[in-house]
Amino acid sequence: MPVIKFFRPARPHRPLGLGDLFVLLFVSVLIYAGVRLAFRAPAYVQGPTISLSPAALPWYAFLSTVRMLAAYVLSLSFSLFYGYRAARSRYAEIVFLPILDVLQSVPILSFLPVAVLALTAFLPERVGVELAAIFLIFTSQAWNLTFAWYQSLITVPAELREASAIFRLRSYLRFRFLELPFAAIHLIWNSMMSWAGGWFFLMASEMFTVGTRDYRLPGLGSYLQEAAYLGDTRALAWGLVTLIALIVLLDQLVWRPLLAWAERFKLEMVESEGKTSSWFYQLLKGSYLWAALWRRVLGPLDQRLLSWALRKSAGPEKESKKHARWGSYALIGVLGGALVLGGVWAARFLFSLPASAWIPIAEGAGATALRVALALFLSALWTIPVGLLVGLNPRAASWIQPVVQIAASIPATALFPVLVMGLVHLPGGLNLAAVLLMLTGSQWYILFNAIAGARAIPQDLKYTARLMGLSPWQRWRILYLPALFPYLVTGAITASGGAWNASIVAEYVTFGGRTLYTVGLGAIIAQATEEGNYPLLFAATLTMIFIVVVINRFLWRRLYRVAEERFKLE
Amino acid sequence: MAEHLLELRKVSQVYRSGEREFFALKDVDLALDEGEFVVLLGPSGCGKSTLLRIATGLQRPTSGEVLYRGEPLRGVNPKATIVFQTFALFPWLTVLENVEVALAARGVAPEERRRRALEMLDRVGLDGFEEAYPRELSGGMRQKVGFARAMVVEPELLCLDEPFSALDVLSAAALRGELLELWLGGKIPTKAILMVTHNIEEAVLLGDRLLIMEKDPGRIVAEIRVAIPHPRQPQAPDFRAMVDEVYALLAGETQPEPVELGSAPGEPGRIRALPNVPVVSMAGLLEALAATPGGRQDLYKLASELQVDSDQLLRIVEALELLGFVTVAKGDVALTPLGETFAEAGILARKEIFASRIRRIPIFRWLLELLEAAEGGKLRGEVVQRALELQFPPAEAEKQFGVIVNWGRYAELFAYDDTSDVLYLETVPAQSK
Repeated sequence: MPVIKFFRPARPHRPLGLGDLFVLLFVSVLIYAGVRLAFRAPAYVQGPTISLSPAALPWYAFLSTVRMLAAYVLSLSFSLFYGYRAARSRYAEIVFLPILDVLQSVPILSFLPVAVLALTAFLPERVGVELAAIFLIFTSQAWNLTFAWYQSLITVPAELREASAIFRLRSYLRFRFLELPFAAIHLIWNSMMSWAGGWFFLMASEMFTVGTRDYRLPGLGSYLQEAAYLGDTRALAWGLVTLIALIVLLDQLVWRPLLAWAERFKLEMVESEGKTSSWFYQLLKGSYLWAALWRRVLGPLDQRLLSWALRKSAGPEKESKKHARWGSYALIGVLGGALVLGGVWAARFLFSLPASAWIPIAEGAGATALRVALALFLSALWTIPVGLLVGLNPRAASWIQPVVQIAASIPATALFPVLVMGLVHLPGGLNLAAVLLMLTGSQWYILFNAIAGARAIPQDLKYTARLMGLSPWQRWRILYLPALFPYLVTGAITASGGAWNASIVAEYVTFGGRTLYTVGLGAIIAQATEEGNYPLLFAATLTMIFIVVVINRFLWRRLYRVAEERFKLE
Repeated sequence: MAEHLLELRKVSQVYRSGEREFFALKDVDLALDEGEFVVLLGPSGCGKSTLLRIATGLQRPTSGEVLYRGEPLRGVNPKATIVFQTFALFPWLTVLENVEVALAARGVAPEERRRRALEMLDRVGLDGFEEAYPRELSGGMRQKVGFARAMVVEPELLCLDEPFSALDVLSAAALRGELLELWLGGKIPTKAILMVTHNIEEAVLLGDRLLIMEKDPGRIVAEIRVAIPHPRQPQAPDFRAMVDEVYALLAGETQPEPVELGSAPGEPGRIRALPNVPVVSMAGLLEALAATPGGRQDLYKLASELQVDSDQLLRIVEALELLGFVTVAKGDVALTPLGETFAEAGILARKEIFASRIRRIPIFRWLLELLEAAEGGKLRGEVVQRALELQFPPAEAEKQFGVIVNWGRYAELFAYDDTSDVLYLETVPAQSK
């Protein structure tokens, strides 16, 4: 299993560069525009009726999958385009990468309310909410895909690049024979990660309700929420089973076959063991239908594209043109102007908020940060020993791993209604539920990374530790923890991002007509949305984004660098 | 005079780093005619691979002209192909597809493609392996695919970028023979071959004309015609004489000490780059020399005795020369009394001798003065690297820093803490000068 790596810090020297500030300004202006639109959002939104009959489940599952698919297609197209531009640009390091880096650390759910409000303001309600959901999933899927594609493009081995140039592989040929194959494994793994992450946000947006505005969408998320609200455990079970079945099915019928197929794109020049196998791929490979599809449709299409590309790139290589320069200057000018103007407006809007309003924001931020820290700590507490146990014992791994994978595949947000249902009557119930939700969302990242880290400990070192007669505690201190450290940091970075996200849905719940909330930044965002207090919504959303970006830059990135430099086992 | 097939006029490649300019290549003139097999030979870092990339149009020189059949070259030369040191095969394509893709890019129709690819694979002896993936083949077989792919498009100019240096000795020998057979037998429509190598024997075995290159800045310093008829016998006296001659050219002559040592950073004059050689290799070579009668040996004989490649041997010799342990003249290397003492000394005595020698090297003298002047005898490694970057390109500066730390640690002149990036004096050093 590969290390799960959503987060790939770029390597600027300063923690927060000028580029980052620009991106943050850009995001702020965007959110400001959303908030302005929100003024016109309808005050009352009638939600869909959700049928709890198990017979309705296939339809809901289909709807959810289509939303995911739409977002994924959007993400992939964006990634291919953006990655290409970034890889070709001289400004990649100063413009394209900081943008991605900030965007990937922005807590996505924090702008769910803004997105929903803004889109329903000028679109028919249902369309607006659908688009908001797709947009949200897109923002969760796109960045790591883009990073994967960009990384692949710039790490294509120099000799293969030169060989392509000398043998005149250009445009489609280069894409088809060099870049896509080289990136394939990376792209597929990251697509799987994107889908796994996407479910989390799909569930959250399908069940999103604020006060009198019911933004729910017919799908698995709203089904689960409705079932929990009505206390219908049977429906709840049906819903969860359907969700898990859907995820397992996609894994078996789509991702595994793709991975098995992608084995051929491994760059290493030695025959490797432990190939991914897939029964479905074997089945397909032998089937008549598949062969026919290749011969009749895909093969000729490929040939067509080849000759089109050849005709287009015939003749000597074109020298790079410079005429685009004035155009891009103009574009930069217009964008810069809009940014400055928007920034001024956004600042004015922000200052319309009384100074006293910042006190609860600060308190809320502190409370949420504490919850995130607690959730991470609890996750680490159980995942590190279990991860080591699994990683060091292949036999334990063979049965624990599948169980863990199934458990991890359930998006935390799908379980949330269940958690709330169970805990709501306890004192401090929502507080507890919020930490638990963060925990369910974040623990798997740490666990999987701990397992991968434990597996990567070289056998020689394990033998040496035994030969030296190190006590169990010494082994932990001298071998296991340092060896795991880089993996744990990688896991914790993603986990912390997930936990911040969860706060939006966890701290403020409209449940069966009742509104439950606890102190927290997420609660303030949701509350401001409900009350139509848009300056507060804007301020709180910005605060959360800034906090998370700053934590990423000043804490996680530093740890990551220490991990890379000192604890990497070569 | 008829126009040349390929001609490079006053080609320079400059890298800018901050204010400074570094010449990877300076004013290189080169002409290649039909029927010629020309070899570019030089130490690593002399820019010979860069020159090959410029000659094929993969890279554009900072200044100078590249003419192909009298026409200035624009973009990649469609009449040239390269066989790469690392094979550069697409691992996801089969042997056949790897060869075919070169034809596909030239718009050859699918059936024709297959026919020509199969024929070429047959010619290089790869029939039976068409459907294999590169990873299933040995290094030698992979390079055959590399040759097949380069030759299937019938290039006029075939460029070889150290094509045999990643292969084991036996495969390399076999492949060289097969290349000569195709080339001399006129079985390929190739008009000329331009090869880059650092292997002296290989150059003499294959080339009609050898262009000897030097580094800092990269340039061509000598040209040798190899008039020995094919098939050439590596053991024959005329062959060995030629190898000896090339060694003599590449190794140079030991200069008087001030010239050898160069100047310190910040002083006027040329600063000498330290050869990147571990101390253990130096000791090994000195011991081998001490074991030969008279402490003197031909470089080419030493290379074959010790089984090291010529590039590596020359680098070790350069380091030993700099330290005053050996002298080089006319392709012979001779132990100095100091070198003899070192070879016979024990572990600790060796360290002392080594320390006393590197103290004389300006770059170490400079660094020690800096350290003594620094507060607490401590200095950030970064500071030293910045200073070195004023003299060397950044990548080279990093390498130089590595060598300095390596040698200095061995000599116990100073210590270096990698985690905090601090150089510090271990003991109070003896008063210098």
